[in-house]
Amino acid sequence: MSLLEIEKIDASYGDVQVIFELSLKVEKKEVVSIIGGNGAGKSSLLRVISGLMKPSAGRITFEGRAIHTEPPENIVTHGVVHVPEGRRLFPLMSVKDNLLVGAYNSRARGETDKTLAEVYELLPRLAERENQLAMTLSGGEQQMVAIGRGLMAKPQLLMLDEPSLGLAPILIRDIFKTVRQIADHGITVLMVEQDVRHSLSLSDRGYVLEHGRVVMEGKADVLIDDPHIKKAYLGI
Amino acid sequence: MLYVIEDMINGILMGSIYGLTAMGLTIIFGVLKVINFAHGSLLMVGMYAAYWAITLTGVHPYLALAIVIPVMFAFGYALQNIVIKPIFIAEKNVREPITVIIVTTGIWYILDNLTLLVFGPQYRSLTANPLQGQMFELGSMFVSAPKFYGFIIALVTAAAIHLFMQKTIMGRAIRATSMDREAASLMGINQYRIYNVAFGIGAATTGIAAVALIPFNNVFPTVGVLFDIKGFIIVVLGGLGSISGALLGGIIVGLIESVGPQFMTATWTEAIVYGLFLIVLFVKPSGLFGQKHDW
Repeated sequence: MSLLEIEKIDASYGDVQVIFELSLKVEKKEVVSIIGGNGAGKSSLLRVISGLMKPSAGRITFEGRAIHTEPPENIVTHGVVHVPEGRRLFPLMSVKDNLLVGAYNSRARGETDKTLAEVYELLPRLAERENQLAMTLSGGEQQMVAIGRGLMAKPQLLMLDEPSLGLAPILIRDIFKTVRQIADHGITVLMVEQDVRHSLSLSDRGYVLEHGRVVMEGKADVLIDDPHIKKAYLGI
Repeated sequence: MLYVIEDMINGILMGSIYGLTAMGLTIIFGVLKVINFAHGSLLMVGMYAAYWAITLTGVHPYLALAIVIPVMFAFGYALQNIVIKPIFIAEKNVREPITVIIVTTGIWYILDNLTLLVFGPQYRSLTANPLQGQMFELGSMFVSAPKFYGFIIALVTAAAIHLFMQKTIMGRAIRATSMDREAASLMGINQYRIYNVAFGIGAATTGIAAVALIPFNNVFPTVGVLFDIKGFIIVVLGGLGSISGALLGGIIVGLIESVGPQFMTATWTEAIVYGLFLIVLFVKPSGLFGQKHDW
C-alpha cells in the first residue's frame, strides 16, 4: 500500500473540468515532483488532495483511508499538509504566530514547542524574524515561513505548490536545499514546480501533467533526460 | 471652562461605554465579514438578562456579569450555529455573503418583537440600585459613578479581548480565520466553529456592555436600536474589526455628544457625528485606527 494513492479522479471549477481521470501514487519517504506548464492542473491537483476542492469522481486514499470526502481541516490532521501557491501567510500576524497557527491540528498541538525549536533550527532566519509581521518579509523569507508553517503541522506528506515562484535564483537554491533537508528528515514530499530542472534533480520520481492528464511518469533521472521534457520544459 | 472639563470627562466615560457596546459588532464583523444587524437586539437581550438576573437574585448589578457573560456567549454561539451557519455553508464561495445581513435583520425583528410579546412595552429600571445617582466629586465637578465604573469595565474588556486574541491558541485561530479562511482551513481550523466562537465572544462582550449600561439606562424592547446606529458609526470611525478602534471611536462620539452642547444646540451634535462619519468614509474608509490591509 502506498502512502498516497489517487485513483482516476476528475475535478472541475464549475463547468470547467481541469483534471481528467488522473491517477498517481506516492510511496513513503519519496520525493515526487509534478511538472507541467501553466494551467496543466498541478495546483488544482494539490487542492483536491488537501480537500479545498472536491473531486467529482475517483478516490483518494492516504495510509489506506479514503480522504476525498473529508474537509481540509480533517485531512491536515491525518498528516497531509498543503503549503499553498502564493504562500498565503496570515499577513498581520507575526512570523511566530504564523508558525504557531500551523500547529493548530490536534495531532501537532501537543508538540508545538518541540516542533517550533526544530523549525527554527532548520530555518534559523525565522527565529531572527519571529516578531516581525509576515507581510513585511521579503518573498524568500515568506516562502520559508510558509514551509515552516507547514512543518509545524507535523506532516507525513508535505505538499509544496511552486515554492520557487517569484524568487531570485539564489533564493531558489536555498528553497530547494531546504526541501532536500526536509526529505532527509524522512518526510515524504509531493512538489509542484515549474522549475523542472531543480525539482527533478532532487526528486525520486516525477509526473508530467498536460491539460489535466498525466502524460508521462517515471524516475526523475530518466525524465530529466527525456527528449520531450528537454524540449518542452527545459528549452534544450 | 470647568464645565467643559466636566463635560469632557463625562463624554470620555460615556463614549467608552458606547465603544464597549460596539466592540462585539467589530469582533463579529472582523471574523465573519458581515455586519450583524441584530447587534442592538443582542444588547437588548443582554440588558434583559442582566435586569432579571439582578432583580431575581438581588445581587449587586455588576455581579450579574457572572451570569450574563456565559448566557450571552451561549446565546451568540447557538444563534450563529443554528440560524446563520446554514447560510454560510450555502454561500460557501462568497466572501461577504449579503444574505447573512438579511438573516441578521430578521433576527433583529424577531428578537425585538418576541421581547415585546413576553415583557411588554414598558420601560424597566432596577428598583434596588445601589449605584442610582451616585456621583464622585472632583473639586466642584461631578462625575457619574456608574459611568466611571463602565469606563473601567470597557478598558478591562478591551485589554482582555486583546490578550485573548494574541496569546491563546483559539485567539490565534480566530485571527488567522479573519485574514484567510482557506489558508486557515489548511491549518486544521474549522471555520464554522471559529464563526460560532467569534459570534459567542461578540455576544458575550455585548452582554458586558449591557451590564455596564443597566445601572443608569432603562430597559425596553427597542433599547438596542439607540445603540445600533451609534455602534455602526463607531466601528466605521474606529476601523471595522479593530478593538481599540471601537473604544476610541466610541470616545470620539461621546466627546462630541457631551462637549458639543456647550457651544451649540444639542441637536447639532448629531449632525457633527454624522458629518465626521462621512468625512472618514471619504478620506480613510478603513477607519481612523483600522488596518489598511484588506481583510
